[in-house]
Amino acid sequence: MQVKPTHRTTPLFGIHKALGARIIEFAGWQMPVEYEGIIKECLAVRSACGIFDVSHMGELMVRGSKALEFLQWITTNDASRLKDGACQYTLICNDHGGIMDDVILYRLKEEEFLLCVNAVNRDKLLGWLEEKAPSTLTVEDKSDDYALIALQGPRSMDVLGQVSSVEPADIKRFHFSCGRVAGKDALISRTGYTGEDGFELYLSPQDAEAVWSALMEEGRRYDIKPCGLGARDVLRIEVGYPLYGKELTEEISPVEAALMRFVHMEKDFIGREAIERRLRCGTQKVLAGFEVEGKLIPRTGYTLKKDGSTVGRVTSGTWSPVLERAIGMGYIERGLATPDTPIEVEARGRLHRAMVKKLPFYRPSEKTT
Amino acid sequence: MEFPRDLKYTKEHEWVREEDDNTVVVGITDYAQDSLGDVVYVELPQEGGTVTKNEPFGVVESVKAVSDLYSPVTGTVVEVNDAIIDSPEVINEDPYGDAWMIKVELSNPEELGDLLTAEEYQNYIEEEK
Repeated sequence: MQVKPTHRTTPLFGIHKALGARIIEFAGWQMPVEYEGIIKECLAVRSACGIFDVSHMGELMVRGSKALEFLQWITTNDASRLKDGACQYTLICNDHGGIMDDVILYRLKEEEFLLCVNAVNRDKLLGWLEEKAPSTLTVEDKSDDYALIALQGPRSMDVLGQVSSVEPADIKRFHFSCGRVAGKDALISRTGYTGEDGFELYLSPQDAEAVWSALMEEGRRYDIKPCGLGARDVLRIEVGYPLYGKELTEEISPVEAALMRFVHMEKDFIGREAIERRLRCGTQKVLAGFEVEGKLIPRTGYTLKKDGSTVGRVTSGTWSPVLERAIGMGYIERGLATPDTPIEVEARGRLHRAMVKKLPFYRPSEKTT
Repeated sequence: MEFPRDLKYTKEHEWVREEDDNTVVVGITDYAQDSLGDVVYVELPQEGGTVTKNEPFGVVESVKAVSDLYSPVTGTVVEVNDAIIDSPEVINEDPYGDAWMIKVELSNPEELGDLLTAEEYQNYIEEEK
């Protein structure tokens, strides 16, 4: 079947339309941006649970002898620490130490790994991995074989437990288990992009609707809400997670992005020399979070100022429904990236007072319900 | 979605209510607030300032989007609804009532003739969809 690249839809598209979702184009996909409203959706995830269709994400399979050695060379985190059934957040860098993508690496078996990659980077990474892979390995784009549903929030475990063949509590954070959800085969991963406890379910596309419906049904007692990309973006900003294309690009290294805890410098990998150099020489700018004093939303591209001069640029910003404050992230001169440093955000020619804050802005455990 | 008959409308999704002292009250339509989603920020002009037909007079922002507010008329701002600056969510809740934005004393009352009736506006957004 020929599908126009700008009009790809996920197996749950019919459900989104039926729920009255507002649909936007994102990385070549027609995705729900909101259903009932972004604020309500965010608060549902913080207080109980929300369900997201993230089937646009790409899945690349790496299989064969020396798969681990290859992935150690390609990714920045220490993949040798992964046991079967575990996964990790890791980066893929180019020769200059620039970030090509941030991914989750799953160890399925000794010689079989799955990379969950950003939709926008899927083709680029497939090419990169194919180019770098030795002939003993196969790299396969399995994205069309997977639908991906994220169940996020403190009640996720209660909801999933009702329909899962695996006890969700037995899956530790950054681990996964292969079982059945609503009678359908699923890779159940205890991961997410909201900072809350939660699960991501890798499913066969034809099972996606049945699993979504079963979770919605079980979640009803907790007032589960379907959540769109709008809420997903707000929730990840609240917990200070970067987004590829905003905080992360090929011009940014893990040093500036403050992601060195996901870079294992005691191994050799693509980009290591460049990263070492940047560590040694220091970088001018670094990613920092800030809070705006009033209600002004710091938008991508706005200038950050201090005493009249430009000191940085906003990469992401939003109104935070849980904190009831306007928050943002951006690259700012290293000397100013200390919490409680006053700065200003320039919007439409006017300056708004802001304060550098330690990330994350919000810690889910702080909330008492 | 509601489009009160006693109001006039613009293609930029503002509504206008004529008062009897050569002034009009301006706000954004139900369709506009619904398209924006949760409104979280508003910028309005100062009292005493002037606004010009088809020129921006303020900004309304939802969680996802920034949108300019275009003045339906030319004139002087005689009253500003400061309450919505503190509680922008009112724009979603009551776009034609508590969420009025500014009151303008008209410089060119004949400009009112260019505005759309409720029926014309409704037809316009049907076509736009």
